[in-house]
Amino acid sequence: MSFTVPGKTQSMLREILPRLVLSPSLFLILIFVYGFILFTGYLSFTDSRMLPSFDLVGLANYTNLWGQRNWMTALQNLAIFGILYIAICCILGLILAIFLDQKIRGEGILRPIYLYPMALSFIVTGTAWKWFLDPGLGLENTMHMWGWSSFTFNWIKDRNMAIYTVVIAAVWQSSGFVMAMFLAGLRGIDGEILKAAQMDGASNWSLYTRIIIPQLRPVFLSAFVVLAHLAIKAYDLVVALTNGGPGRATELPATFMYSYTFTRNQMAVGASSAVIMLAMIAAIIVPYLYSELREHR
Amino acid sequence: MSSYASQKSAIGAGKLVRAALYAVLILFAVYYLLPLFVMLVNSVKTLDEIRGGNMMSLPEHFTFEPWLTAWSTAQIGVEPTGLRPFFVNSLFLVVPAVVISATLGALNGYVLTKWRFPGDKIIFGLMLFACFIPFQIVLIPMARILGLIGLAGTTSGLVLVHVVYGLGFTTLFFRNYYAAFPDELIKAAKMDGAGFIRTFTRILLPSSGPIIVVTVIWQFTNIWNDFLFGASFADFDSMPMTVALNNLVSSSTGVKEYNVHFAGAILAALPTLVVYIVSGRYFVRGLMAGAVKG
Repeated sequence: MSFTVPGKTQSMLREILPRLVLSPSLFLILIFVYGFILFTGYLSFTDSRMLPSFDLVGLANYTNLWGQRNWMTALQNLAIFGILYIAICCILGLILAIFLDQKIRGEGILRPIYLYPMALSFIVTGTAWKWFLDPGLGLENTMHMWGWSSFTFNWIKDRNMAIYTVVIAAVWQSSGFVMAMFLAGLRGIDGEILKAAQMDGASNWSLYTRIIIPQLRPVFLSAFVVLAHLAIKAYDLVVALTNGGPGRATELPATFMYSYTFTRNQMAVGASSAVIMLAMIAAIIVPYLYSELREHR
Repeated sequence: MSSYASQKSAIGAGKLVRAALYAVLILFAVYYLLPLFVMLVNSVKTLDEIRGGNMMSLPEHFTFEPWLTAWSTAQIGVEPTGLRPFFVNSLFLVVPAVVISATLGALNGYVLTKWRFPGDKIIFGLMLFACFIPFQIVLIPMARILGLIGLAGTTSGLVLVHVVYGLGFTTLFFRNYYAAFPDELIKAAKMDGAGFIRTFTRILLPSSGPIIVVTVIWQFTNIWNDFLFGASFADFDSMPMTVALNNLVSSSTGVKEYNVHFAGAILAALPTLVVYIVSGRYFVRGLMAGAVKG
């Protein structure tokens, strides 16, 4: 394509063209992201049930929401799931990264093995783990067959323990990714500092606890932000692994929103739960993005 | 690098320590491989053998039947179609959605770094935040809009959805990549009279290979693996692979054919696994770029 428009028109085109190119995307984002957020926000103050309604009812849906036992279960589960998921992924990821960073032979084979679950759909992960954790078919059955007849592992059928099976499957899927982040962080540390510390007689343990791990602070922060937002959005894994059960024992905010909006005909309550989810994520993401964008000005 | 590496090898000098190190690392490799192994092994067993046997044991009677069933005759809805039509649906969804969102992302990244204008930072901030929203916040209005513009329950509708919610990430990837591209080259091209489009196609695009690969892999994996949008906006004829797989696995009618479920799950995982095996290095970079902003 060539522009042989003379002088003034050309310079005007130069001014406008970049903005013109950006405008479809901006339009889409403004409507489909921010417009939709406003729409859902508005719905959360209405009496919408099966279809959207525009009659305002004040904060009724929010008081209703916080009075729902299912919502409280969902929040409690999110707290358990989120804390364990983030903590275990970080600890496991850090340990694996440090171990892999010891000039390990076969690192090129091990690393992709740790990481491949991240390429899978949560539905696939859920299908695999549902079976693996099923007492009659999976691990428990296998242990019995191998002669350990007193072995029991029926968490997935147990109301009080089922949420922990979601943690197990989610950690399996994401911890390799966290490992890769930490490994990149470790490889980026300046060798001179370590040399100096070793000259001063620092032991290996204190080398890691005093110097290396503190230097990984930005990686911890990134890992936290990524994992926290994955936890709040977690939906597919629960659907495939437990489908929210047994009973409603593994309900999370995302499954709550879906069932209230689309199967229970309580759209306004569903909308208000979505608003709360957005608020949770914004509370984590906005400060993070703000600081990141400022640093790189 | 080398002095640092040698120090670290000194850290784990003891032979016993190193043996323990390897033991732990291999143990975790087993942990990550186990579910895949179980799926693979049981997808080639007969149903009787699965019921009566050990999930870890290798098949006594190797059969490829479950794979064929999963692919072409398993009952997903009313008809015994197998997963094939839904695999095709996912392909028709992924290809246009990836191409469009990556193209728009490249152009956005180019404008936001090389043709800056007042307010561009705010626009980028708006796009960046859009990457992280919980999609529950857009489900209700999206269902309405798709209905209004006549795209409800169609693959085109899903393409639109994935383009819109992928834009933030594709723009982010290209913006970060182009930000590191020397401005002098752009200035020189502008001096030579190259316009907006020619500067892009002649100067930036030829050196964009790596970031294009990263973006395409990222978008491909995310869209292929998506479940929420597929479950919310597709009807039976446009259902993507993940939704069909979930229907297959969780259908409560009839005998549960676990071997077919596993074959189906591996079929659903295959495209992203292949992409990952072929270009794992880029896959990791994409994950990192998505994680570490700036």
